[in-house]
Amino acid sequence: MSTNAFTARRKRQLAIGLVILVLVACLPLGITDVYTLNILILTLMYAGLSQSWNILGGYCGQLSLGHALYFGLGAYTSTLLYTKAGVLPWFGMIAGGIIAGIIALIIGRACFKLAGHYYVIATIVVAETGLLLFHNWTWAGAATGIELPIRQDSWLYFQFARNKLPYFYFVLVFAALTWLITWKIENSKWGYWWRAVKDNPEAAESLGVQVFNSKMAAAALSAFLTAIGGAFYAQFVAYIDPESVMIFQFSLLMALPAVLGGIGTLWGPVLGAAILIPLTELTRTFMGGSGKGIDLIVYGCLIMAIALARPDGLMGLFTRRKRSAA
Amino acid sequence: MTAAIIIQSLASGLLMGLLYGLIAVGLALIFGLMDVTNFAHGEFLMFAMYVTFFCFTFFALDPLLSAPITAAVLFAFGAMVYMLIVRFAMRAKTNVGMVQIFATFGLAIVMRGLAQLLFTPDYRSIPTTWLGGKTVEIAGIYLPAPQLAGGAVSILAFGLLWVLIKRTDFGKALEATREDAGAVALVGIDRNKVFALGWGLGSALVGLAGAIMASFFYIYPDVGASFALIAYVTVALGGFGSVFGAFAGGIVVGLVEATTAMILPPSLKAVGIYAVYLLVVFFRPRGLFGSI
Repeated sequence: MSTNAFTARRKRQLAIGLVILVLVACLPLGITDVYTLNILILTLMYAGLSQSWNILGGYCGQLSLGHALYFGLGAYTSTLLYTKAGVLPWFGMIAGGIIAGIIALIIGRACFKLAGHYYVIATIVVAETGLLLFHNWTWAGAATGIELPIRQDSWLYFQFARNKLPYFYFVLVFAALTWLITWKIENSKWGYWWRAVKDNPEAAESLGVQVFNSKMAAAALSAFLTAIGGAFYAQFVAYIDPESVMIFQFSLLMALPAVLGGIGTLWGPVLGAAILIPLTELTRTFMGGSGKGIDLIVYGCLIMAIALARPDGLMGLFTRRKRSAA
Repeated sequence: MTAAIIIQSLASGLLMGLLYGLIAVGLALIFGLMDVTNFAHGEFLMFAMYVTFFCFTFFALDPLLSAPITAAVLFAFGAMVYMLIVRFAMRAKTNVGMVQIFATFGLAIVMRGLAQLLFTPDYRSIPTTWLGGKTVEIAGIYLPAPQLAGGAVSILAFGLLWVLIKRTDFGKALEATREDAGAVALVGIDRNKVFALGWGLGSALVGLAGAIMASFFYIYPDVGASFALIAYVTVALGGFGSVFGAFAGGIVVGLVEATTAMILPPSLKAVGIYAVYLLVVFFRPRGLFGSI
């Protein structure tokens, strides 16, 4: 692909992104019921989280199944700072991101020399350790969790108990921001390094790519953004406990949209989340109430079907068509 | 804490560790054979526990008697899962690792859902077994008979597995296929058949573990989840693909768990296992006995 065609394609991506952003921003005009809005908010949140996961898991190829730790750290940091020290959630959110980033660097320092399954299991194990520690940490609410005191609906406290619409706009910005960062990365030094590290670390190293530092940078950025999502979630649900923000399922739910949509692609996480999250919520609502597990069966079959039918993710549909057209 | 209590805990830990090894070895076998990690391994265990439970409820078979039946059912189930799902997951040309993870993970969710639907989310247990409630005294250490039998079965199973892998034609085919799955076709070994048998064998082993555990653990649809992570850690600790690494890994995990439970509050006992895993792979990135 020539440089011009490449630049044109990137500009087109940005334009498409902008159009989708405007369209999604207009959605609440037609949607007023709380249930649908709730699904929209969760979908956008997972789009953003999966986009963040994709930076480390997709572009850099380090399959982390422990991102629940960063999500939980974000949720806990902002909530604890708010309830114990009265710090506004906005600062707590940033603090959570920084703490998660630092933890990710520490974990990376120890784990990035591991390959394949040894790395995957290490990420799970570290996140589970975090979960157990929070379970037993009395000051942080232990297993009982922490309830966020309801003060008043305002952007200052980032708290909206009655009308959930502001959460929608925040999480839309969050998803858009993670998308934009990924877009920017695609054509940056780091972006090329990460893909080189993913494809062949030895070859990358021999060409002067600092493999270890690349992984560290991807981990820190990915963790920072994930924690922002976690802090948002804590404000949104106004109650957190270790089970609700740090369990293994969260790690999977962050990886899943990217995998289904197309791992290591710009649009994969967005597409994956747009399909997966509404489906999850709908099956849960319409089939989960019976407690008979039918929602799980449908959901599991769906994951299996997509994994088997489209190994390169749903984005593969688009690239293939384009290639055959060219 | 007296020496007697410490020895007592370590002995229980050792027995539990033998079971962990038995749970994990199927995973290690399958991984070693074809580089596939079965993320539904915990659900296979859950299924085996239910098979044992229903053998007891409907046919009044003691878990010790029904263990071979459970193993056989799981053998068939594992081979079927390979033929119907994993075989296709392996055809993926891109993202092979992720496709396998999510295909088997999807299976895990389906199995949990099916268990809820068919067996209800209730906690079940097998109230009376031949060995239940009995203890055996060895040199002042009291060991519960079911766990002791479990340890014995585990050692026996590992012994048989060793014979099978080292001494039989099937074992040679298994070794050859894991070395080079493409080349074995040239000498007339059907790769798919070996893989299916490998899945069957690996599943039969976890079936055996499930049969033993059904006699002293509650049985419910999510029971696999807590043991699955320990199984992955056990396999990785021993070194992926190493069948006897899983045996050693299981014993290490059991002993570490027992030791942690003596030092930290019981709810944190898994932390010790996780810490040891991280420590081991920090110094030996391929686990204790991994070579690949």
